[in-house]
Amino acid sequence: MILVVGSIYALPNLYPTQPSIQVAYTDSGRSADQSLLNELEDILQDSKTEYEDIFLRENKIVIKFEDVDTQLSSKTILQNTLLDKVIIALFLEPSTPQWLKDLGANPVKLGLDLSGGVHFLLEVDIDTAQQGRLELLLDTYRKSFKEERIKFDDSSIKDLKLFFQMADNQSYNKALKRFRDDSPLINGVQYIITEKPASNILMLEYTDIALREIRDYAVGQNLTTLRNRVNELGVSEPIVQRQGSNRIVVQLPGVQDPTAAKKIIGKTANLEFRLEANSRTSPLRKEEFVFKENEFRTAFLEKAVVVSGDRVTNASTGFDESGFAQVNITLDMEGGRAMQKATSGNIGRGLGVLFVEQKSKSELVTNLAGESIIEQNTFIEKKIISLATIQAVLGTSFRITGVGSPAEASELALLLRAGALAAPMKFVEERTVGPSLGKENIELGMKSIVIGFSLVVLFMVLYYRVFGIAANISLIINLVLITGIMSLLGASLTLPGMAGIVLTVGMAVDANVLIFSRIREELKEKDPQRAINDGFSRAFVTIFDANVTTLITALILYIIGTGPVKGFAITLSIGIVTSMFTAIMCTRAMVNIVYGNKNIQELKI
Amino acid sequence: MDIRFKFMRFRKIASLISVSLFIISILSLGLRGLSLGLDFSGGTLIEVSYESPVSLESVRNNLQENGYPDSQVVNFGTNLDVLIKVADQSGNSSVGEDIFNILNNQEIPIELKRVEFVGPQVGDELRDQGGLGMIVALFMILMYVAFRFQYKFALGAVSALAHDVVIILGIFSIFGWDFDLTVLAALLAVIGYSLNDTIVVSDRIRENFRTERVLDPIDLIDLSLNQTLGRTLVTSLTTLLVLFALFIFGGELIKGFSLALILGVLIGTYSSIYVVANMLMSLALTKDDLAIPEPEGADFDGMP
Repeated sequence: MILVVGSIYALPNLYPTQPSIQVAYTDSGRSADQSLLNELEDILQDSKTEYEDIFLRENKIVIKFEDVDTQLSSKTILQNTLLDKVIIALFLEPSTPQWLKDLGANPVKLGLDLSGGVHFLLEVDIDTAQQGRLELLLDTYRKSFKEERIKFDDSSIKDLKLFFQMADNQSYNKALKRFRDDSPLINGVQYIITEKPASNILMLEYTDIALREIRDYAVGQNLTTLRNRVNELGVSEPIVQRQGSNRIVVQLPGVQDPTAAKKIIGKTANLEFRLEANSRTSPLRKEEFVFKENEFRTAFLEKAVVVSGDRVTNASTGFDESGFAQVNITLDMEGGRAMQKATSGNIGRGLGVLFVEQKSKSELVTNLAGESIIEQNTFIEKKIISLATIQAVLGTSFRITGVGSPAEASELALLLRAGALAAPMKFVEERTVGPSLGKENIELGMKSIVIGFSLVVLFMVLYYRVFGIAANISLIINLVLITGIMSLLGASLTLPGMAGIVLTVGMAVDANVLIFSRIREELKEKDPQRAINDGFSRAFVTIFDANVTTLITALILYIIGTGPVKGFAITLSIGIVTSMFTAIMCTRAMVNIVYGNKNIQELKI
Repeated sequence: MDIRFKFMRFRKIASLISVSLFIISILSLGLRGLSLGLDFSGGTLIEVSYESPVSLESVRNNLQENGYPDSQVVNFGTNLDVLIKVADQSGNSSVGEDIFNILNNQEIPIELKRVEFVGPQVGDELRDQGGLGMIVALFMILMYVAFRFQYKFALGAVSALAHDVVIILGIFSIFGWDFDLTVLAALLAVIGYSLNDTIVVSDRIRENFRTERVLDPIDLIDLSLNQTLGRTLVTSLTTLLVLFALFIFGGELIKGFSLALILGVLIGTYSSIYVVANMLMSLALTKDDLAIPEPEGADFDGMP
């Protein structure tokens, strides 16, 4: 039974894959339909490109080709004709028959080191997210204190703490009460309040619970944003996952140009819409910024942010009446309300769009031990990308004109559309495997498995004869089971994973060897049938103990390992379990078939 | 009784060899340390493939002129493949692209095979995690063996494992081979493998201590070692067969991995014969230690 299931799930790996492309609309809200399918068909027929199949699947159109060359050339043809309207991704479509797919049987997934592609590990800058929250909080309290006539002389943010210098004791008490009222959360309190009644100073900082919430929100928001950005890249099976408390893993199998991918993913940009400062704006409430395309031009904007990039739900490029590029922006409800409130009294004033980017710069500093070391300092750069005059009260949708060339407009739209990040991120790990190396790795891995396997099989037959053949059949079943279970679990196969399979092949015979040598010993005192029987049952305890401990180390490896090493832990664990099963059950069954119910006088082993 | 080979006769020499190897390894680890691979040291690694052979000196000079004075340039596998390592601690993730662009501007066309960038913080974390994993693994095994056998066996097993791990680390340190994540994985696999061996031997020692009434401990251990010798050698041989296949045909990327495993199997086989038995002798294992516990332990003893 287990064998049948194992074989069925191992089967898909025998079918070859087919070069294919996948076409989707750039606008993620729009699903591919029959009309796009017809359009693609027409283009391919016009260019006399031969394709095997074209069909709709889950909002996307899949086209299969005979070979890789046609796949690549038709991608170029389609992209040149349809331009930015669609995203085209190359991938290999498994030719698994339908009945196997219906059973949920799919080929083993290949890890990045075998398929080629990029792996990124990004770290979310929580401090900046916290700083952003504090700025918002400061703004809220300033406004509401003014409305409620709670007087304060000074307010600022220092070392991730809000600082309020209240004007008198009465205001101090009112403010303190206000902070205490605001503090409770469902699961605790959000502020740590430092009280200095003598000098009327109040300080506020976030508790660990509140910080965790900020962190989770920022990471969650960035995860969504990254998913959108990755979708824009048109990769067929991307992985975007949270790892640990503040990191995000991005894996793009099959991506050939890591630089381009990094450019889109790594844009740790945010956007801020702010009103331009006018003569009535107090000097404390305004800030000077330079323009992105012209370092010498500057403008003053208000410090208060009207709407930030995470409120943007959609953005697209278009052309205005005079043929210049423009960006059409749609905000969510909250963003729309804020925009409406800010613009209603301010028609004729300027509205600036700030592009916020995290950059880093290395500096040579001297550490405590007196050595010169390079220190990495990240800083945030804010530049104006557009300053336009407000023509009317803006709501959830509006447009920005004067954004430069169509290409610049479309890049801005892409960034806006993909959503801005809640907190900046930086790359902490990057691994790129070129497609040729991936292919090479598969070949090397397969070769080692085949050679290692043949050597072991040969040795077993020479050394144990009939029992060796039984052990070898178990070994083959073992390989089938490992492949089947890998497919079933959807685990990725990596190069160390293949090494794990090779190692399993070597170690799997151990159980058989243990049984056989035990039988040999028992033969000295007992008749063959009893020797076989006792050999199996006595060896079992040893096999069990030995394998449980190996399994412990494999599990630990799985927990501490990353990427390829995890692959090794997976194949090793699966291999241990299957080899125990095959050695004990399958070999036994075969030995029984050969020697069972026969009166054997002599047993060669 | 069939004691063909008196292993325990050489136990003093074996102890001497083990202890001196152990001390040399510790010294080398202390003085020279390990040559940490990219996974643990952080930095950037670029592997490119040239269409025709290129002199490493020219690649080095080229990089030096373009602001990478401390780059390590070596051939990787063939003389067409070049591996460049930059131990840039500043956490700048675009070094890889930069170097590729510098090299790509030369006359000989190149193909990018892989780029790996590990930020310094991630490197530190992987290192801590790896060390911790190793300790947790050893501890859990200690617990399991103590539970299934007896604490003297557990001490024997764990000292055998520590012996194997330290000596392999020592060899990597002495020869200055790169120690990266895959080698760490191999080391953990060695723990699993060597333990496998150790348990088979211990299992037999336990069984013989319970059933044989006439022999003294030295002879009992010798008898057990002889009985398991065939199996130990066969398993080590098949494992070594596949490992050599992996070492020779598996490519550069898993050379270190298969090497660590080959060393591990060799040392592990030796340690399961000598280190465990020696520990048991020194701890003076007696029959009373293995008296079958009554009544619930009866399920575990494996003997009729």
